[in-house]
Amino acid sequence: MSYRFDFLALLPYWREFLWGVLLTLQISATATVSGFIIGTICAIARADGSPFIKRLVATYVEVIRNTPLLVQVFIAYFGIATLGVHVSANVAASIALTVNVGAYTCEIVRAGLQSIHRSQMEAAECLALSRTQIYWHVVIRPAIERVYPSLTSQYVLLMLASSITSQISAAELTAAANRIQSVTFRSFETYIAVGFIYLVLSFVVRAAFALFGQTVFTRRRKLGTAL
Amino acid sequence: MTTSAFSIVHFEFLCWAALWTIGLSAIALVGGSLLGFVIALARISSNKSLRWASSLYIQLVQGTPLLVLLFLLYYGIAVFVGPTIPSIVAAGAGLTIYASGFLAEIWRGCIEAVPKSQWEAAECLALRRSQRMVHVILPQALRIATPPTVGFVVQVVKNTSLASVIGFIELAQAGKLINNSIFEPFTVFVVVAAIYFGICFPLSAWSRTLERTLNVADR
Repeated sequence: MSYRFDFLALLPYWREFLWGVLLTLQISATATVSGFIIGTICAIARADGSPFIKRLVATYVEVIRNTPLLVQVFIAYFGIATLGVHVSANVAASIALTVNVGAYTCEIVRAGLQSIHRSQMEAAECLALSRTQIYWHVVIRPAIERVYPSLTSQYVLLMLASSITSQISAAELTAAANRIQSVTFRSFETYIAVGFIYLVLSFVVRAAFALFGQTVFTRRRKLGTAL
Repeated sequence: MTTSAFSIVHFEFLCWAALWTIGLSAIALVGGSLLGFVIALARISSNKSLRWASSLYIQLVQGTPLLVLLFLLYYGIAVFVGPTIPSIVAAGAGLTIYASGFLAEIWRGCIEAVPKSQWEAAECLALRRSQRMVHVILPQALRIATPPTVGFVVQVVKNTSLASVIGFIELAQAGKLINNSIFEPFTVFVVVAAIYFGICFPLSAWSRTLERTLNVADR
Protein backbone atom coordinates (compact mmCIF):
# COMPACT_ATOMS: atom_id res chain seq x y z
CA MET A 1 0.00 0.00 0.00
CA SER A 2 2.96 2.30 -0.32
CA TYR A 3 2.51 3.42 -3.86
CA ARG A 4 4.03 6.76 -4.72
CA PHE A 5 2.29 8.70 -7.44
CA ASP A 6 4.59 10.21 -9.98
CA PHE A 7 2.70 12.24 -12.52
CA LEU A 8 5.90 14.05 -13.46
CA ALA A 9 7.07 10.87 -15.18
CA LEU A 10 4.42 11.56 -17.82
CA LEU A 11 5.61 15.09 -18.53
CA PRO A 12 8.15 14.18 -21.24
CA TYR A 13 5.30 12.60 -23.20
CA TRP A 14 3.09 15.68 -23.41
CA ARG A 15 3.58 15.82 -27.16
CA GLU A 16 2.12 12.33 -27.61
CA PHE A 17 -0.85 13.19 -25.42
CA LEU A 18 -1.42 16.30 -27.49
CA TRP A 19 -1.31 14.37 -30.76
CA GLY A 20 -3.72 11.85 -29.27
CA VAL A 21 -6.13 14.63 -28.31
CA LEU A 22 -5.93 16.16 -31.77
CA LEU A 23 -6.56 12.83 -33.47
CA THR A 24 -9.45 12.02 -31.13
CA LEU A 25 -11.00 15.38 -31.99
CA GLN A 26 -10.31 14.89 -35.68
CA ILE A 27 -11.87 11.42 -35.83
CA SER A 28 -14.91 12.45 -33.79
CA ALA A 29 -15.41 15.68 -35.74
CA THR A 30 -15.31 13.77 -39.03
CA ALA A 31 -17.76 11.19 -37.73
CA THR A 32 -20.03 13.85 -36.24
CA VAL A 33 -20.34 15.89 -39.43
CA SER A 34 -20.71 13.00 -41.86
CA GLY A 35 -22.85 11.00 -39.42
CA PHE A 36 -25.15 13.98 -39.01
CA ILE A 37 -25.61 14.29 -42.77
CA ILE A 38 -26.21 10.56 -43.25
CA GLY A 39 -28.51 10.40 -40.25
CA THR A 40 -30.61 13.35 -41.36
CA ILE A 41 -30.99 11.97 -44.88
CA CYS A 42 -31.97 8.59 -43.42
CA ALA A 43 -34.51 10.21 -41.10
CA ILE A 44 -36.14 12.01 -44.04
CA ALA A 45 -36.05 8.82 -46.11
CA ARG A 46 -37.67 6.93 -43.27
CA ALA A 47 -40.43 9.50 -42.96
CA ASP A 48 -41.20 10.03 -46.65
CA GLY A 49 -39.48 7.31 -48.67
CA SER A 50 -41.01 4.37 -50.50
CA PRO A 51 -41.88 1.33 -48.35
CA PHE A 52 -38.71 -0.41 -49.52
CA ILE A 53 -36.49 2.54 -48.53
CA LYS A 54 -38.24 2.77 -45.17
CA ARG A 55 -37.57 -0.91 -44.51
CA LEU A 56 -33.95 -0.52 -45.56
CA VAL A 57 -33.32 2.45 -43.26
CA ALA A 58 -35.13 0.76 -40.36
CA THR A 59 -32.92 -2.31 -40.78
CA TYR A 60 -29.77 -0.19 -40.86
CA VAL A 61 -30.76 1.63 -37.68
CA GLU A 62 -31.74 -1.54 -35.81
CA VAL A 63 -28.63 -3.48 -36.81
CA ILE A 64 -26.31 -0.66 -35.75
CA ARG A 65 -28.11 0.12 -32.52
CA ASN A 66 -28.18 -3.49 -31.38
CA THR A 67 -24.55 -4.46 -31.97
CA PRO A 68 -21.48 -3.23 -30.08
CA LEU A 69 -19.35 -0.48 -31.57
CA LEU A 70 -16.24 -2.60 -30.94
CA VAL A 71 -17.53 -5.33 -33.26
CA GLN A 72 -18.58 -2.73 -35.84
CA VAL A 73 -15.07 -1.29 -35.75
CA PHE A 74 -13.58 -4.75 -36.32
CA ILE A 75 -15.94 -5.47 -39.20
CA ALA A 76 -15.13 -2.12 -40.81
CA TYR A 77 -11.38 -2.55 -40.40
CA PHE A 78 -11.06 -6.20 -41.44
CA GLY A 79 -14.09 -6.22 -43.71
CA ILE A 80 -12.80 -3.40 -45.90
CA ALA A 81 -9.42 -5.14 -46.06
CA THR A 82 -11.13 -8.36 -47.17
CA LEU A 83 -12.64 -6.45 -50.07
CA GLY A 84 -9.07 -5.78 -51.20
CA VAL A 85 -9.03 -2.06 -50.44
CA HIS A 86 -6.29 -1.03 -48.07
CA VAL A 87 -7.25 1.75 -45.70
CA SER A 88 -5.40 3.02 -42.67
CA ALA A 89 -6.71 2.36 -39.18
CA ASN A 90 -7.66 6.02 -38.77
CA VAL A 91 -9.80 5.98 -41.91
CA ALA A 92 -11.46 2.70 -40.92
CA ALA A 93 -12.14 4.16 -37.48
CA SER A 94 -13.75 7.26 -38.97
CA ILE A 95 -15.89 5.14 -41.29
CA ALA A 96 -17.06 2.86 -38.47
CA LEU A 97 -17.91 5.78 -36.19
CA THR A 98 -19.73 7.57 -39.03
CA VAL A 99 -21.90 4.56 -39.78
CA ASN A 100 -22.54 4.11 -36.07
CA VAL A 101 -23.47 7.67 -35.24
CA GLY A 102 -25.50 7.99 -38.45
CA ALA A 103 -27.96 5.41 -37.11
CA TYR A 104 -28.32 7.17 -33.76
CA THR A 105 -28.71 10.56 -35.44
CA CYS A 106 -31.41 9.06 -37.66
CA GLU A 107 -33.44 7.97 -34.61
CA ILE A 108 -33.05 11.34 -32.88
CA VAL A 109 -33.86 13.45 -35.95
CA ARG A 110 -36.83 11.18 -36.70
CA ALA A 111 -38.24 12.01 -33.29
CA GLY A 112 -37.77 15.69 -34.16
CA LEU A 113 -39.53 15.30 -37.51
CA GLN A 114 -42.45 13.56 -35.82
CA SER A 115 -42.79 16.43 -33.40
CA ILE A 116 -43.51 18.89 -36.23
CA HIS A 117 -47.26 19.26 -36.35
CA ARG A 118 -49.10 18.52 -39.55
CA SER A 119 -50.75 21.94 -39.49
CA GLN A 120 -47.33 23.57 -39.85
CA MET A 121 -46.81 21.89 -43.21
CA GLU A 122 -50.36 22.66 -44.32
CA ALA A 123 -49.89 26.29 -43.37
CA ALA A 124 -46.65 26.39 -45.36
CA GLU A 125 -48.45 24.87 -48.34
CA CYS A 126 -51.14 27.54 -48.09
CA LEU A 127 -48.39 30.13 -48.24
CA ALA A 128 -47.36 28.60 -51.57
CA LEU A 129 -43.91 27.60 -50.43
CA SER A 130 -42.22 25.06 -52.66
CA ARG A 131 -41.58 21.51 -51.44
CA THR A 132 -37.91 22.25 -50.84
CA GLN A 133 -38.71 25.45 -48.98
CA ILE A 134 -41.23 23.65 -46.78
CA TYR A 135 -38.73 20.95 -45.99
CA TRP A 136 -35.92 23.29 -45.21
CA HIS A 137 -37.68 26.10 -43.32
CA VAL A 138 -40.69 24.40 -41.77
CA VAL A 139 -39.69 20.79 -41.20
CA ILE A 140 -35.95 20.16 -40.95
CA ARG A 141 -34.64 23.25 -39.23
CA PRO A 142 -37.25 23.41 -36.46
CA ALA A 143 -37.01 19.62 -36.03
CA ILE A 144 -33.25 19.73 -35.54
CA GLU A 145 -33.61 22.74 -33.29
CA ARG A 146 -35.89 20.73 -31.02
CA VAL A 147 -33.66 17.67 -30.78
CA TYR A 148 -30.41 19.67 -30.65
CA PRO A 149 -29.78 18.87 -26.95
CA SER A 150 -30.16 15.13 -27.59
CA LEU A 151 -27.85 15.37 -30.59
CA THR A 152 -25.28 17.16 -28.43
CA SER A 153 -25.27 14.38 -25.82
CA GLN A 154 -25.03 11.77 -28.54
CA TYR A 155 -21.99 13.47 -30.10
CA VAL A 156 -20.26 13.83 -26.73
CA LEU A 157 -20.82 10.10 -26.20
CA LEU A 158 -19.39 9.53 -29.67
CA MET A 159 -16.25 11.46 -28.75
CA LEU A 160 -15.82 9.24 -25.68
CA ALA A 161 -16.63 6.10 -27.67
CA SER A 162 -13.92 6.96 -30.19
CA SER A 163 -11.54 5.55 -27.55
CA ILE A 164 -12.69 2.13 -28.77
CA THR A 165 -10.92 2.66 -32.06
CA SER A 166 -7.62 2.29 -30.19
CA GLN A 167 -8.35 -1.44 -30.55
CA ILE A 168 -7.58 -1.33 -34.27
CA SER A 169 -4.53 0.83 -33.53
CA ALA A 170 -5.99 4.14 -34.62
CA ALA A 171 -3.48 6.47 -32.98
CA GLU A 172 -5.94 8.48 -30.87
CA LEU A 173 -5.76 9.44 -27.21
CA THR A 174 -6.39 6.04 -25.64
CA ALA A 175 -3.90 4.38 -27.97
CA ALA A 176 -1.36 7.04 -27.01
CA ALA A 177 -2.05 6.24 -23.35
CA ASN A 178 -1.57 2.52 -23.94
CA ARG A 179 1.77 3.22 -25.58
CA ILE A 180 2.94 5.64 -22.90
CA GLN A 181 2.02 3.33 -20.03
CA SER A 182 3.88 0.46 -21.66
CA VAL A 183 6.99 2.63 -21.84
CA THR A 184 6.82 4.28 -18.43
CA PHE A 185 5.11 1.47 -16.45
CA ARG A 186 3.12 4.28 -14.85
CA SER A 187 -0.24 2.79 -15.82
CA PHE A 188 -2.23 4.24 -12.92
CA GLU A 189 -1.04 7.80 -13.52
CA THR A 190 -1.41 7.50 -17.27
CA TYR A 191 -5.03 6.40 -17.18
CA ILE A 192 -5.93 8.94 -14.51
CA ALA A 193 -4.39 11.66 -16.67
CA VAL A 194 -6.20 10.40 -19.77
CA GLY A 195 -9.50 10.12 -17.91
CA PHE A 196 -9.06 13.73 -16.85
CA ILE A 197 -8.26 14.80 -20.41
CA TYR A 198 -11.41 13.08 -21.69
CA LEU A 199 -13.40 14.83 -18.96
CA VAL A 200 -12.06 18.21 -20.05
CA LEU A 201 -12.69 17.32 -23.71
CA SER A 202 -16.30 16.42 -23.00
CA PHE A 203 -16.82 19.80 -21.32
CA VAL A 204 -15.13 21.60 -24.20
CA VAL A 205 -17.19 19.73 -26.82
CA ARG A 206 -20.40 20.41 -24.89
CA ALA A 207 -19.53 24.12 -24.66
CA ALA A 208 -18.68 24.24 -28.37
CA PHE A 209 -22.04 22.70 -29.25
CA ALA A 210 -23.86 25.17 -26.99
CA LEU A 211 -22.05 28.06 -28.66
CA PHE A 212 -22.74 26.66 -32.13
CA GLY A 213 -26.41 26.24 -31.23
CA GLN A 214 -26.59 29.86 -30.11
CA THR A 215 -25.30 31.12 -33.43
CA VAL A 216 -27.30 28.77 -35.66
CA PHE A 217 -30.65 28.75 -33.91
CA THR A 218 -31.18 32.47 -33.48
CA ARG A 219 -34.87 32.03 -32.73
CA ARG A 220 -34.08 30.22 -29.52
CA ARG A 221 -31.70 32.98 -28.55
CA LYS A 222 -34.38 35.63 -29.01
CA LEU A 223 -37.03 33.71 -27.11
CA GLY A 224 -34.58 32.66 -24.45
CA THR A 225 -36.32 29.30 -24.11
CA ALA A 226 -36.39 25.97 -25.84
CA LEU A 227 -39.18 25.72 -28.38
CA MET B 1 -0.18 -25.77 -40.95
CA THR B 2 -3.75 -26.03 -42.01
CA THR B 3 -6.29 -23.35 -41.42
CA SER B 4 -9.81 -24.61 -41.09
CA ALA B 5 -12.92 -22.70 -42.07
CA PHE B 6 -15.50 -21.38 -39.67
CA SER B 7 -17.31 -24.43 -38.36
CA ILE B 8 -19.97 -25.51 -35.91
CA VAL B 9 -17.29 -25.98 -33.24
CA HIS B 10 -16.42 -22.30 -33.44
CA PHE B 11 -20.07 -21.41 -33.27
CA GLU B 12 -20.46 -23.51 -30.14
CA PHE B 13 -17.52 -21.69 -28.56
CA LEU B 14 -19.13 -18.35 -29.40
CA CYS B 15 -22.38 -19.46 -27.79
CA TRP B 16 -20.55 -20.35 -24.59
CA ALA B 17 -18.87 -16.98 -24.67
CA ALA B 18 -22.26 -15.34 -25.15
CA LEU B 19 -23.30 -16.81 -21.80
CA TRP B 20 -20.37 -14.95 -20.23
CA THR B 21 -21.56 -11.79 -21.93
CA ILE B 22 -24.98 -12.30 -20.37
CA GLY B 23 -23.44 -13.16 -16.99
CA LEU B 24 -21.24 -10.06 -17.01
CA SER B 25 -24.24 -7.92 -18.01
CA ALA B 26 -26.16 -9.38 -15.07
CA ILE B 27 -23.35 -8.55 -12.64
CA ALA B 28 -23.15 -5.00 -14.01
CA LEU B 29 -26.91 -4.52 -13.83
CA VAL B 30 -27.36 -5.84 -10.30
CA GLY B 31 -24.39 -3.87 -8.97
CA GLY B 32 -25.17 -0.85 -11.11
CA SER B 33 -28.80 -0.63 -10.06
CA LEU B 34 -28.04 -0.94 -6.34
CA LEU B 35 -25.35 1.74 -6.52
CA GLY B 36 -27.27 3.80 -9.06
CA PHE B 37 -30.40 3.84 -6.90
CA VAL B 38 -28.50 5.16 -3.90
CA ILE B 39 -26.86 7.83 -6.06
CA ALA B 40 -30.19 8.81 -7.63
CA LEU B 41 -31.60 9.35 -4.12
CA ALA B 42 -28.48 11.29 -3.10
CA ARG B 43 -28.93 13.43 -6.20
CA ILE B 44 -32.35 14.67 -4.98
CA SER B 45 -31.51 14.67 -1.28
CA SER B 46 -32.01 17.77 0.84
CA ASN B 47 -28.36 17.65 1.89
CA LYS B 48 -26.38 19.99 -0.31
CA SER B 49 -23.00 18.25 -0.10
CA LEU B 50 -24.63 14.90 -0.84
CA ARG B 51 -26.24 16.38 -3.94
CA TRP B 52 -22.94 17.89 -4.97
CA ALA B 53 -20.95 14.69 -4.45
CA SER B 54 -23.41 12.51 -6.36
CA SER B 55 -23.53 15.02 -9.19
CA LEU B 56 -19.73 15.00 -9.36
CA TYR B 57 -19.74 11.20 -9.48
CA ILE B 58 -22.19 11.19 -12.38
CA GLN B 59 -20.18 13.82 -14.25
CA LEU B 60 -17.02 11.77 -13.79
CA VAL B 61 -18.58 8.52 -14.98
CA GLN B 62 -20.41 10.07 -17.91
CA GLY B 63 -17.48 12.25 -18.94
CA THR B 64 -14.84 9.55 -19.26
CA PRO B 65 -14.86 6.57 -21.63
CA LEU B 66 -15.68 3.15 -20.17
CA LEU B 67 -12.57 1.83 -21.89
CA VAL B 68 -10.31 4.15 -19.87
CA LEU B 69 -12.18 3.21 -16.68
CA LEU B 70 -11.55 -0.47 -17.37
CA PHE B 71 -7.85 0.10 -18.04
CA LEU B 72 -7.63 2.20 -14.89
CA LEU B 73 -9.17 -0.55 -12.77
CA TYR B 74 -7.31 -3.41 -14.38
CA TYR B 75 -3.80 -1.95 -14.47
CA GLY B 76 -4.20 0.74 -11.85
CA ILE B 77 -5.72 -1.16 -8.95
CA ALA B 78 -3.25 -3.97 -9.54
CA VAL B 79 -0.61 -1.55 -8.30
CA PHE B 80 -2.20 -1.72 -4.84
CA VAL B 81 -3.39 -5.28 -4.48
CA GLY B 82 -0.78 -7.36 -6.25
CA PRO B 83 0.53 -8.20 -9.69
CA THR B 84 -2.83 -8.54 -11.41
CA ILE B 85 -6.44 -8.73 -10.41
CA PRO B 86 -8.74 -11.25 -12.12
CA SER B 87 -10.23 -9.68 -15.22
CA ILE B 88 -13.77 -10.60 -14.15
CA VAL B 89 -13.33 -8.45 -11.02
CA ALA B 90 -12.03 -5.48 -12.98
CA ALA B 91 -14.67 -5.91 -15.69
CA GLY B 92 -17.48 -6.40 -13.18
CA ALA B 93 -16.40 -3.37 -11.14
CA GLY B 94 -15.88 -1.17 -14.21
CA LEU B 95 -19.25 -2.00 -15.73
CA THR B 96 -20.96 -1.61 -12.35
CA ILE B 97 -19.56 1.91 -11.99
CA TYR B 98 -20.49 2.70 -15.58
CA ALA B 99 -24.05 1.40 -15.17
CA SER B 100 -24.54 3.16 -11.82
CA GLY B 101 -23.55 6.54 -13.27
CA PHE B 102 -26.04 6.33 -16.11
CA LEU B 103 -28.86 4.60 -14.21
CA ALA B 104 -28.64 7.19 -11.43
CA GLU B 105 -29.25 9.98 -13.91
CA ILE B 106 -32.05 8.10 -15.70
CA TRP B 107 -33.81 7.33 -12.43
CA ARG B 108 -33.37 10.81 -11.03
CA GLY B 109 -35.21 12.08 -14.10
CA CYS B 110 -37.96 9.50 -13.56
CA ILE B 111 -38.39 10.37 -9.88
CA GLU B 112 -38.57 14.06 -10.69
CA ALA B 113 -41.03 13.33 -13.49
CA VAL B 114 -43.65 12.26 -10.94
CA PRO B 115 -46.07 15.22 -10.93
CA LYS B 116 -45.42 17.86 -8.30
CA SER B 117 -48.97 17.54 -6.99
CA GLN B 118 -48.23 13.98 -5.87
CA TRP B 119 -45.32 15.19 -3.73
CA GLU B 120 -47.47 17.95 -2.25
CA ALA B 121 -50.42 15.64 -1.60
CA ALA B 122 -48.16 13.20 0.23
CA GLU B 123 -46.86 16.05 2.32
CA CYS B 124 -50.39 17.19 3.14
CA LEU B 125 -51.15 13.67 4.40
CA ALA B 126 -48.31 14.17 6.89
CA LEU B 127 -46.23 11.35 5.46
CA ARG B 128 -42.61 11.37 6.46
CA ARG B 129 -40.03 11.88 3.72
CA SER B 130 -39.22 8.16 3.60
CA GLN B 131 -42.90 7.18 3.61
CA ARG B 132 -43.61 9.62 0.82
CA MET B 133 -40.82 8.09 -1.25
CA VAL B 134 -41.71 4.44 -0.63
CA HIS B 135 -45.49 4.64 -0.83
CA VAL B 136 -46.19 7.49 -3.22
CA ILE B 137 -43.31 8.54 -5.43
CA LEU B 138 -41.29 5.39 -6.15
CA PRO B 139 -44.22 3.19 -7.28
CA GLN B 140 -45.13 5.84 -9.84
CA ALA B 141 -41.52 6.49 -10.80
CA LEU B 142 -41.06 2.76 -11.39
CA ARG B 143 -43.69 2.87 -14.10
CA ILE B 144 -41.99 5.79 -15.81
CA ALA B 145 -38.55 4.25 -15.39
CA THR B 146 -39.19 0.82 -16.88
CA PRO B 147 -38.89 1.59 -20.62
CA PRO B 148 -35.66 3.68 -20.43
CA THR B 149 -34.12 1.15 -18.03
CA VAL B 150 -34.76 -1.75 -20.40
CA GLY B 151 -33.33 0.44 -23.16
CA PHE B 152 -30.21 1.00 -21.08
CA VAL B 153 -29.81 -2.76 -20.52
CA VAL B 154 -29.09 -2.93 -24.26
CA GLN B 155 -26.25 -0.41 -23.79
CA VAL B 156 -24.80 -2.50 -20.97
CA VAL B 157 -24.92 -5.73 -22.98
CA LYS B 158 -23.16 -4.00 -25.88
CA ASN B 159 -20.56 -2.41 -23.62
CA THR B 160 -19.59 -5.72 -22.02
CA SER B 161 -17.73 -6.20 -25.31
CA LEU B 162 -15.15 -3.73 -23.95
CA ALA B 163 -14.24 -6.24 -21.23
CA SER B 164 -12.37 -8.04 -24.01
CA VAL B 165 -9.60 -5.42 -23.84
CA ILE B 166 -8.57 -6.61 -20.39
CA GLY B 167 -8.62 -10.24 -21.41
CA PHE B 168 -12.04 -11.26 -20.18
CA ILE B 169 -13.29 -13.99 -22.52
CA GLU B 170 -16.76 -12.95 -23.54
CA LEU B 171 -18.34 -12.83 -26.96
CA ALA B 172 -16.09 -10.21 -28.58
CA GLN B 173 -12.91 -11.71 -27.13
CA ALA B 174 -14.00 -15.20 -28.24
CA GLY B 175 -14.45 -13.76 -31.73
CA LYS B 176 -10.91 -12.36 -31.61
CA LEU B 177 -9.52 -15.73 -30.46
CA ILE B 178 -11.25 -17.63 -33.25
CA ASN B 179 -10.13 -15.04 -35.76
CA ASN B 180 -6.55 -15.47 -34.59
CA SER B 181 -6.70 -19.19 -35.34
CA ILE B 182 -8.61 -19.31 -38.64
CA PHE B 183 -8.17 -15.74 -39.91
CA GLU B 184 -11.58 -15.17 -41.39
CA PRO B 185 -12.29 -11.84 -39.72
CA PHE B 186 -15.31 -10.91 -41.76
CA THR B 187 -17.22 -14.16 -41.17
CA VAL B 188 -16.29 -14.38 -37.52
CA PHE B 189 -17.22 -10.83 -36.58
CA VAL B 190 -20.44 -10.88 -38.58
CA VAL B 191 -21.47 -14.00 -36.65
CA VAL B 192 -20.44 -12.31 -33.39
CA ALA B 193 -22.47 -9.23 -34.35
CA ALA B 194 -25.44 -11.46 -35.19
CA ILE B 195 -25.33 -13.07 -31.73
CA TYR B 196 -25.20 -9.64 -30.06
CA PHE B 197 -28.13 -8.62 -32.23
CA GLY B 198 -30.00 -11.73 -31.13
CA ILE B 199 -29.56 -10.69 -27.50
CA CYS B 200 -30.15 -6.97 -27.88
CA PHE B 201 -32.91 -6.70 -30.44
CA PRO B 202 -35.60 -8.44 -28.34
CA LEU B 203 -34.70 -6.11 -25.47
CA SER B 204 -34.96 -3.01 -27.68
CA ALA B 205 -38.28 -4.22 -29.06
CA TRP B 206 -39.52 -4.92 -25.53
CA SER B 207 -38.48 -1.45 -24.41
CA ARG B 208 -40.49 0.08 -27.25
CA THR B 209 -43.53 -2.05 -26.42
CA LEU B 210 -43.32 -1.00 -22.78
CA GLU B 211 -43.14 2.61 -23.84
CA ARG B 212 -46.35 2.18 -25.80
CA THR B 213 -48.27 0.14 -23.25
CA LEU B 214 -47.25 2.10 -20.18
CA ASN B 215 -47.91 5.17 -22.32
CA VAL B 216 -46.03 7.51 -20.05
CA ALA B 217 -45.69 10.48 -22.37
CA ASP B 218 -49.40 11.05 -22.87
CA ARG B 219 -50.51 11.09 -19.27
